[in-house]
Amino acid sequence: MILAFRSYALPILPAICSRVLGYLPILVFCVVAVLFLAGTLLAARLLRHAGSGATDREPYECGNEPESFAHDHRFSIRYYLLAVLFVIFDVETVFLFPWAVMFDQLALFGFIEMMVFLTILVVGYVYVWNRGALSWA
Amino acid sequence: MSGLLAAMLEATGPTLFHYVLVPLIKIAIVLFAGVLPLIMYLVLAERKVLGFMQARVGPNRVGLWGLLQPIADVMKLLVKEDVVPRRAVRWAFVLGPCLVVAPAFVIFSVIPFGPPAATEGGISWFVTDINVALLMVLALATLPVYGIILGGWGSNSKFSLLGGLRSAAQMISYEVPQGFALVGPLLLAGTMSLVGIVEAQRDLGMWFIVPQFVAFFVFLVAGVAESNRNPFDLPEAESELVAGFHTEYTGIRFALFFLGEYANMIVVSSVAVTLFLGGWLRPFPSVEALSFLDLSFLPAGLGGVVWFSLKLFVFLFVYIWFRGTFPRYRFDQLMALGWKWMIPLALVNLFLTGLVKVWV
Repeated sequence: MILAFRSYALPILPAICSRVLGYLPILVFCVVAVLFLAGTLLAARLLRHAGSGATDREPYECGNEPESFAHDHRFSIRYYLLAVLFVIFDVETVFLFPWAVMFDQLALFGFIEMMVFLTILVVGYVYVWNRGALSWA
Repeated sequence: MSGLLAAMLEATGPTLFHYVLVPLIKIAIVLFAGVLPLIMYLVLAERKVLGFMQARVGPNRVGLWGLLQPIADVMKLLVKEDVVPRRAVRWAFVLGPCLVVAPAFVIFSVIPFGPPAATEGGISWFVTDINVALLMVLALATLPVYGIILGGWGSNSKFSLLGGLRSAAQMISYEVPQGFALVGPLLLAGTMSLVGIVEAQRDLGMWFIVPQFVAFFVFLVAGVAESNRNPFDLPEAESELVAGFHTEYTGIRFALFFLGEYANMIVVSSVAVTLFLGGWLRPFPSVEALSFLDLSFLPAGLGGVVWFSLKLFVFLFVYIWFRGTFPRYRFDQLMALGWKWMIPLALVNLFLTGLVKVWV
């Protein structure tokens, strides 16, 4: 049983392994980047001026005493709308990527299929445009 | 050198050697001999070039032609007092700058600076080559938005909050046309591996900027907007928002935001060079008469690295040139440009590219 499994798996396993192992350097780079940040922040902590203690720690407001803080206020709903639109469009992009890579195999059928998909997207896009969601003013 | 490597291979075994140790050496070279010095001198170059464009001299006191200025700047930023504003959200304030820098660095793990090894055991001029490299680049390029919005919100200052929100809105708005524009070269190359995309340009005999100039234009505009540079530097529009999301930052934390901005410039330029300007290829890669441009007298494919660097420098100069030339956009104009012009343009380009590919 084990022997059979090994003879079956052996030709495939190295291929899978080398593909997954290709991501390992990215992980190594992440570790290096984090270590670089930690080192920089530590060096700054050791070297920096301690401060006289008299520094005004109020948030900047053109030299005036702030009457309120930023978190006391609400911000425009438009940013939220924009984020929702972004998610919709970005998901489309994610669909487009594998399609573009497989284009030669999918050929004409794939092209028409994707154009139908994009047409639906464009209908929504035109609707959103007409409703004024894309105009900031 | 090769004796030392052989001894290391003997000691660690092939897996650890090929996937951890060799990449670690490459990462150290890319980061500490490539990206970081480039950023330091890019800042100086920017100030010098802008000075030249405005008939000024630029920094010229520290060292000859101000060549030691970047080192003086780093020293200054390291010893500055660290101010965290009262009522700031401390974890967000601290995490913000880190989240801008780290992803920009990690992207360089998939950028091919030169050709893959010509022979077994030769040098490949990239840290790793994965089959979804472009997706990886896009995913990592999105992360700085979190850093900016966390820093802007965490400062609990009105200017920071508005700057952070604007910045996030701008970056996600231009990510959509950027993503659509990237599908053009993908259609031509048929692979998401960045090494594969450059090789596809060699096989096609021309850089993808020729058949995909519309995509290149959209990518260029979106890239400038993504890295918050002129004429789209609204997040830090001095005249209305003081310094935008980094108003409250001092010392090393400010330096990290600064580092992140320039690292992102280099990332966008590298991706543009790889996808549209033929990466490590010479100009006119199919014209046999120009093969002396391959610089094949240089060892181990170093000629490719020279070409990549040259194109990268041209791109970075264009960034500085933009800053010296264009006035800043208004925020509503910026949004309209992204959503009403760039997206339709990229979609039409996508449709036409697909049509031509089906036809041929």
